[in-house]
Amino acid sequence: MRCADSLNMMGQAMQGEQSQLSMTRRDLLRLIGLSAGGAMMYQAMSSLGVAADSPYKGTPVLQGTPRGASVLILGAGLAGMVAAYELRQAGYKVQVLEYNARPGGRNWTLRGGDTYTELGGDTQHCQFDRGLYINPGPWRIPYHHRGLLDYCKKLNVPLEPFVQVNHNAYLHNSDAFGGKPQRYRAVNADYRGYVAELLAKVTQQSKLDAQLTKDDQAQLLESLQRWGALDNHYAYVAGGRTSNRRGYDKEPGGGLSAKPIDSQPLQLHDLLTSKLWSGLADGENYEFQTTLFQAVGGMGRIGEAFGRQLQGVIHYNAKVTAIHQDDHGVAVSYEDARRPGHVQTARADWCICTIPLSILSQIPMNVSAAMTDAISAVPYAASVKIGLQFKRRFWEEDEDIYGGITATSLPINTISYPSSDFNSKGKGVLLGAYAYGLDAYQFTAMSPEERVRQAVEMGNQIHPQYKQEFENGIAVAWHRAPFTLGCFAAWSDDLRAKHYDNLCQIDGRIALAGEHASYLPAWQEGAVTSALDVIARLHQRVLARGAA
Amino acid sequence: MKRFLLAAALFFACAGLAAAQSSAPSFYTYTSLKSANGEEIFHHICQGCHMPDGKGAIGAGTYPALAGNPKLASPQYMAAVILFGRHDMPSFESKPPSPGNFFRNASLTDAQIADVINYVRSHFGNHYSNTITATEVAAMYPQQTR
Repeated sequence: MRCADSLNMMGQAMQGEQSQLSMTRRDLLRLIGLSAGGAMMYQAMSSLGVAADSPYKGTPVLQGTPRGASVLILGAGLAGMVAAYELRQAGYKVQVLEYNARPGGRNWTLRGGDTYTELGGDTQHCQFDRGLYINPGPWRIPYHHRGLLDYCKKLNVPLEPFVQVNHNAYLHNSDAFGGKPQRYRAVNADYRGYVAELLAKVTQQSKLDAQLTKDDQAQLLESLQRWGALDNHYAYVAGGRTSNRRGYDKEPGGGLSAKPIDSQPLQLHDLLTSKLWSGLADGENYEFQTTLFQAVGGMGRIGEAFGRQLQGVIHYNAKVTAIHQDDHGVAVSYEDARRPGHVQTARADWCICTIPLSILSQIPMNVSAAMTDAISAVPYAASVKIGLQFKRRFWEEDEDIYGGITATSLPINTISYPSSDFNSKGKGVLLGAYAYGLDAYQFTAMSPEERVRQAVEMGNQIHPQYKQEFENGIAVAWHRAPFTLGCFAAWSDDLRAKHYDNLCQIDGRIALAGEHASYLPAWQEGAVTSALDVIARLHQRVLARGAA
Repeated sequence: MKRFLLAAALFFACAGLAAAQSSAPSFYTYTSLKSANGEEIFHHICQGCHMPDGKGAIGAGTYPALAGNPKLASPQYMAAVILFGRHDMPSFESKPPSPGNFFRNASLTDAQIADVINYVRSHFGNHYSNTITATEVAAMYPQQTR
């Protein structure tokens, strides 16, 4: 902690010396990397503001011909398909083995008519109406995930805005305000207002004289008044200025009885003990800042588009059972996932394996002990998503909520309203749960029907229309997904320091890629950038060998 | 015959009532989880992967069965796996939550780990007569971390 703080200060100090900045920064990072290892390096890089961006610098140009070299890619998720797409363009002979009967992996959309069988054998038939869907996996794309955005452009996958922060959605804690959900708008305005008022008070009591000049204090007071919507005495009280932030008891309108009625701020004590403030900053995180996108018609459109590009290259329903390399190439044993028993072999000069570590750790593969240890070391995070179809879009019609997220203390954790087809008539599907941690374990342990039932039960505490309007639902618990056995690689700083570099090294003729081989865990951009990085390094190795 | 059916109906009604009255909530919180016993922990957490019948599952990879698995002969092995995780299975060791990690893991006490091991080793067709204690679970930690 102390180390990061001092580095942060060094970063600030260095910003004053623009001419030496990049050199100094790079040298510093190299030193940190040498002395303290990857995790510290990353922490330092984040503090210096250079690592938080996607490292995407455009599609790598693979110069020089591979002279007939072949690459076998394991997994047709985003990492595998990015690698296949680029290597094929560079002249490699490419084949892909995929466990599922579809492309995309965790890039996946469930639509009406789809069938999903989870581990344990429970089968769900998605009964959503036409055009309605749920993304069980990734569902939003930050504007700075440039690798993924570039492929969406290249493959003509249309995007639309994904609403993260909605001031009119709710913050909800069943133990606060009698369980009544509060509008994000009101909590945000009140929290800010009271903080501004307190800070203004302290300033006026001359308690900041040691820290600030009188001029700075005057500027601070003026800024607090504007930032917190304070009155002329720097107090946060009911009135037009406050209602303009937190909303009105009666909205202004037109005509004879149009006069608005101001709303009353919550009590500061109630606000603090409610813990609702804990949901205020989510949208401030770099990954959730405006603008976010989603693929029109479901995130799965991206995987489907890649799949069309790679028609005939991807061998579906192929369950990998062993991976073996020698001086001459790589041989991968696989069987039909639907009719196991008959083992076949695929061969190539090189192999890029994107199989999740949760599964790869169980597949025999002759790589270094260090890489084997890395593959075995990383647990997978639990996560559960539940899509619910309702007879009408009551969140829009009754509550003026268009897209965005309600955060709740209930195990469902999240209700997210669709960011498409706003203000349309008819049915709608919302995300009725996005659980992780202990809540996700417990949802996973239930049958799919029970998960949906629980989600409706809990959501009804926030939207009493639920029970009346609910039609059907579908629940995906990622630890029960046959093709991943978990949601994403849950790296800790310690694990990264010990294993990350060993995981990412090319081992003979085998290299790994996927979100697990990235510093963007669970994000599609991690899969894309890890694939681009690995093909560039593999290509160098192929060229260095002169031939396959 | 009718009487038998009635008796059966009564029996199942009572069984249903008993189940409904079980003290286990639908969801434990991180705090209330501390009150769960081995059986409750199994049905709220473990069966997510190892399945309600303990038979595991096979997809692209495998969740090992707990029914008829010879590795269960060693309760110490089970304790080590639960404490420190194995492959994709997370660790359930009690440790302070790391701030900012919203994918927070659940943790179990040594006594709970012992209890869930003893539950699994005496159910799902397993009939091990020996048990493990919380003290024996605690002894599994590497010395330097205690």
